[in-house]
Amino acid sequence: MMEKIKDFIEAAGWPRLIIGLFLLVLFITAPFVEVNIFTSISDVIVRFGMWGILVLAMVPMVQGGCGLNFGLPLGIIAGLLGAVTSVELQLTGIGGFLSAVAIAVPFGIGLGLLYGVLLNRVKGDEMTIALYVGFSSVAAMSMAWLKLPYKSPDMIWAYGGSGLRTTISVEKFWYHSLNDFWTIQIGEHFYFPTGMILFFALMCLLVWAFFHTKTGTAMTAAGSNPEYARASGVNVNKMRIISVVLSTVLGAVGIIVYEQSFGFIQLYLGPFWMAFPAVAGILLGGASVHKATIMNVIVGTFLFQGILTMTPSVINNIIQTDMSETIRIIVSNGLILYALTRTITIKSAKVKA
Amino acid sequence: MNNIKSQENKNKVQRFFINNAVPLLFILFAVLAIPMSDLSVEYLIAEMITRLARYSFLVLALLIPVIAGMGMNFGIVLGAMAGQIGLIFVMDWNVMGIPAFFLAIIISMPLAIFLGWMAGIALNHAKGREMVTSYILGFFINGVYQLIVLYSMGSIIPISNSQIVLPRGYGIRNAIDLVNLRKSVDRLIPLEINGIEIPVMTFILVAILCVFIIWFRKTKLGQDMRAVGQNMEVARNAGIPVERTRILAIVISTVLACIGQIIFLQNIGTMNTYNSHEQIGMFSIAALLVGGASVAKASIKNAFVGIILFHIMFVVAPRAGKTLMGEAQIGEYFRVFVSYAIIAIALALHAWRKNKEAEFARRSLRVDADAAGTSE
Repeated sequence: MMEKIKDFIEAAGWPRLIIGLFLLVLFITAPFVEVNIFTSISDVIVRFGMWGILVLAMVPMVQGGCGLNFGLPLGIIAGLLGAVTSVELQLTGIGGFLSAVAIAVPFGIGLGLLYGVLLNRVKGDEMTIALYVGFSSVAAMSMAWLKLPYKSPDMIWAYGGSGLRTTISVEKFWYHSLNDFWTIQIGEHFYFPTGMILFFALMCLLVWAFFHTKTGTAMTAAGSNPEYARASGVNVNKMRIISVVLSTVLGAVGIIVYEQSFGFIQLYLGPFWMAFPAVAGILLGGASVHKATIMNVIVGTFLFQGILTMTPSVINNIIQTDMSETIRIIVSNGLILYALTRTITIKSAKVKA
Repeated sequence: MNNIKSQENKNKVQRFFINNAVPLLFILFAVLAIPMSDLSVEYLIAEMITRLARYSFLVLALLIPVIAGMGMNFGIVLGAMAGQIGLIFVMDWNVMGIPAFFLAIIISMPLAIFLGWMAGIALNHAKGREMVTSYILGFFINGVYQLIVLYSMGSIIPISNSQIVLPRGYGIRNAIDLVNLRKSVDRLIPLEINGIEIPVMTFILVAILCVFIIWFRKTKLGQDMRAVGQNMEVARNAGIPVERTRILAIVISTVLACIGQIIFLQNIGTMNTYNSHEQIGMFSIAALLVGGASVAKASIKNAFVGIILFHIMFVVAPRAGKTLMGEAQIGEYFRVFVSYAIIAIALALHAWRKNKEAEFARRSLRVDADAAGTSE
């Protein structure tokens, strides 16, 4: 019995175990502090669906050897372009959502190619540069949002000011177009966004299938051991570019899914910090800077979004203070820090052995 | 033979442009944008003097970790936070003027040493990716800082001055008016030239720091740091305690940043308790890189040139944006864009330069071989 518990702890890892137990405690205490447990569970599921694909966008780059995709805002920008264009064209419903995705994907491929070429020139420093590519592209796009020739009255300022609004409502277009697909409503409080979860599952399946193709296997090889991969005839630079393009496209699709559930397109400095919850999510799921799986995505997103949803409602009701923002900062950055300082220790331990 | 010489000259010119690409770009920007902004030269000079006084200490705090091969230390925000905690206590106790300045340094120094020591240990576990790690470390400690300043001060940690506590009874206000020590260092030795106020004492402190850095490089510890920066394994074999040396580099940097933040805030005169420190890392690093520094090499000259060029951009961009695009907002975003893009470009250029440098080295070997071949 003790052996089994030990094995389980080893397999799950301490951070997941601690956060998982913490989440469990939050769920158990919720009814005692007058937080409706069904609403909470629904909220966690909805946020899980909203963030799932954005977290999934980390996988290809980690597997391809480019590290954590701190440049996720670049993909988000491609998604925003798709979303804004579909609203401009007055497309509604599930068709509107799909066309937003269809418009976003070419932008994602284009931006991803440029981003990939850049990252190939700065091997070893990918993450630091990705961080700044993300930040600067958001600022550059902010200038563009002011000047791009979109005309729809749903998106530009009614009077005064120029350019697109900072937040654009998609209520009239494709709000909840995925969430309300085969949705399950039990009682007053429980709600399951079937369509969104199915879409996330489909994306996971596609990524999983990709990594079982010849290209996908070559990419994993290029990521885990570039020298060996090169010796066996894999074009490492090409594989890295494909992984970056994939990550960027997934980021573009992810943000549109996020928006159809959230109800708003957030432009300008909106995407600025969006890489961090995604990075923290996958790391919490047990991924490292060098290796990430779909399972890491699912577990990590659920735990991280669970904490983010439950702490404000439960903790605030207990101590009567809103500390959620501070807790979020400490937990998410603590996780990233843990991952950045951990892998090297393992490596040096190996060297010693 | 002539061919080789002209080739060499061409290489030299090319090399000069590669080595100084970033500052040249900014000089070009300044030349184009200053006339467009309609700002007078006097105004710009006054502004640059203020900004040199404000930022020099912080930017210089970045130099020592670069010597030790640890890149740009985004962790200077840790020092800045320590400095701010010192200032909060000084404001609480109502100390005035220069004593307040020194008391704030004395209070925050142990905290800065502790934070620097912790950061150093963390970075020793993340060799090869110090920059990303120090950046995230800044965010993480920012959370802890909020926990202390926003929730514990006034409840667990006694704060008696109701002027700086939030109306709810605990937590520090978002903005603190530093009446006690506003410009206390700047105006200690008053001097005015053509109506431009010169903060003499601040510049004296900066000069002392410069002398310290020059002296420090020649000490045993400074030499050890350089050795560690060049090659950790070789340094270790030579008997240098690599881990300890790296931690010391970060501790010194953090302590300097702590003093730098106090100088910075006494000049500005108000402290945004939860924001003043956040941008410090990014602005200081962008300035140093604009001055022509790289991740592996940074000098005092880079710091000063960088502060001037970066802040010319900073002051001029919104006005130039307005003239050029008819909108100040564009200039605002341009400013944000440049601050981040410059770090991205400088880091990418550094990687590219490393490759080029290797190529030059190979080529020079080839030339030697050719020359040897013809003489035979």
